[in-house]
Amino acid sequence: MQVVSTKQKIIRMIVYVLLVLCAAVMLLPFLWMLSASLKLDKDVFTFPVQWIPKHPRWANYHDIWTEIPLLTFVKNTVKLTVIVTLLQLFTSSFAAYAFAKLQFKGRNTLFLGYIATIAMPWQVYMVPQFVMMSKMGLNNTHLAIILLQAFSAFGVFMMKQFYTSIPTELCEAARVDGMTEYGIYFRIMLPLSKPALSTLTIFTFVNTWNDFLGPYIYLTREELKTIQIGLRMFITQYSQEYGLIMAASVVTLIPVLIVFLSLQQYFVQGIATSGLKG
Amino acid sequence: MTAKKTEFKKNLVAYSFIAPNFIGFAIFTLVPMVFAFILAFLDWDGSPYNPMHFVGFKNFANLASDDQFLAAFKNTIVYTVETVPLTLIMALILAVLLNQKIKGRDFFRTVCFFPYVASMVAVAAVWNMLFNPGMGPVNEILRGFGVQNPPGWSADKDWAMTTIVQFSVWKYMGYYMILYLAGLQGINPELYEAANLDGCNGWQRFWNVTIPQLSATTFFVLVMLVIQCFKVYDVVYMITQAGPGTATLVMVYDIYNKAFVYSSFGSASAEAIVLFALVLIVTLIQFRGQRKTEA
Repeated sequence: MQVVSTKQKIIRMIVYVLLVLCAAVMLLPFLWMLSASLKLDKDVFTFPVQWIPKHPRWANYHDIWTEIPLLTFVKNTVKLTVIVTLLQLFTSSFAAYAFAKLQFKGRNTLFLGYIATIAMPWQVYMVPQFVMMSKMGLNNTHLAIILLQAFSAFGVFMMKQFYTSIPTELCEAARVDGMTEYGIYFRIMLPLSKPALSTLTIFTFVNTWNDFLGPYIYLTREELKTIQIGLRMFITQYSQEYGLIMAASVVTLIPVLIVFLSLQQYFVQGIATSGLKG
Repeated sequence: MTAKKTEFKKNLVAYSFIAPNFIGFAIFTLVPMVFAFILAFLDWDGSPYNPMHFVGFKNFANLASDDQFLAAFKNTIVYTVETVPLTLIMALILAVLLNQKIKGRDFFRTVCFFPYVASMVAVAAVWNMLFNPGMGPVNEILRGFGVQNPPGWSADKDWAMTTIVQFSVWKYMGYYMILYLAGLQGINPELYEAANLDGCNGWQRFWNVTIPQLSATTFFVLVMLVIQCFKVYDVVYMITQAGPGTATLVMVYDIYNKAFVYSSFGSASAEAIVLFALVLIVTLIQFRGQRKTEA
């Protein structure tokens, strides 16, 4: 047994105190949000803060669905998020397979094209992109957001990194057995790439769910708005309804919280290995 | 079948894999990227009825005397210079604390990381209330400590940038903490043992082993952070709307205004190209640095 000295005990104490302080700074805004979401507007700012409201106003969580078309916003966001994530997963893993495991003309040039664009922030070309989409009649359509988000270079890059790590002998053996490239992709590569697909899923989900500037530029009609720009519109219009704003904010956080807590390991691994995103 | 034919078929199969992604990518990303450079040399209000005029470098020349652009450029740099070191140091401290074998480690990691994935609109809304100059709890606490005139935060031109920087550090440090944790786990434990044998204390181990061993991670974090700061928009929009006055106007905000408020697509694109130049410089520095560490 190792003898723990007093000095080490003190250090350990300091570490804990620092961590608890950090955790408090990170968490308190969320707890305050939750507490305010159950209060009347006039009670939100009473000081000292009443963390657990004496008379929790659950009606706030009822009213947000009638005061603003929150349900429409949620539906729009779910629709966009699901379509973008599926398209992203399918098209980028499909393309990544070719880049990682097939020999063909122009492979390096094409891949370089993808890589080069990662360095160019979307904000640089968002204006010409908007001009182009408008010309195509896609302004104020969900299709614009889907087309904008679904074909990212990041997805191809990430999946290619993963496929490269799978031994090529596996594909060659299957080829000898007479399997087509499509068969190899669907029956061998896809089942093997669950961890990478999970990482890409959570990245794309969180990105699409939380995206603000894209929908803000393209979707100006209320019935098309996503939850982020819808919530923002509500905050601007009813800036004094603190309780309701906080209740709506809690609602927008819940899906991300669920996905995050259940797939957290993939998220953390994804950042640690690729370091990319955003 | 001839060899040529097999080759042709092989290429075709490969292209069929790439096509679904590449077609979308080429049309909706590559074309606008090229268009961004062309638009910067045109004078155009975005209307289909008014023709585009080629104006050479006029859009760029105009930026030099454009107060909005100059303010936005300055503020973007100030925001970057303040946010990057703070976030980096906080992320490093958190990572070092959370790399030890302690109880509740996973809980603390999750808590530190959550603000990063949380919706910007929602957390900015709560931040605005917490830092409400008149009745927010932060200023109430400051008054409780005897501060006569607590800061006006987002409403005060001298404090608005600080408010945004604080919020950004809070929201993003968890992400960079993960990068640092990965870096820390890559350090060879034998180096620490050797340091122990040499009689180094914890502090000396940190400075002489941890920091040098993390230099590649730090470099990467630095580059990522700088680029992220150059692109800032959401935070500013939701906390100060670039105000008061132009106190927190940043480049992407100004690009948005020029294009979608003033319909001045040429000058918006010219400013976008300036933004790209800034990002490109940082990326090139990263490329050179990476080659150095790999060599």
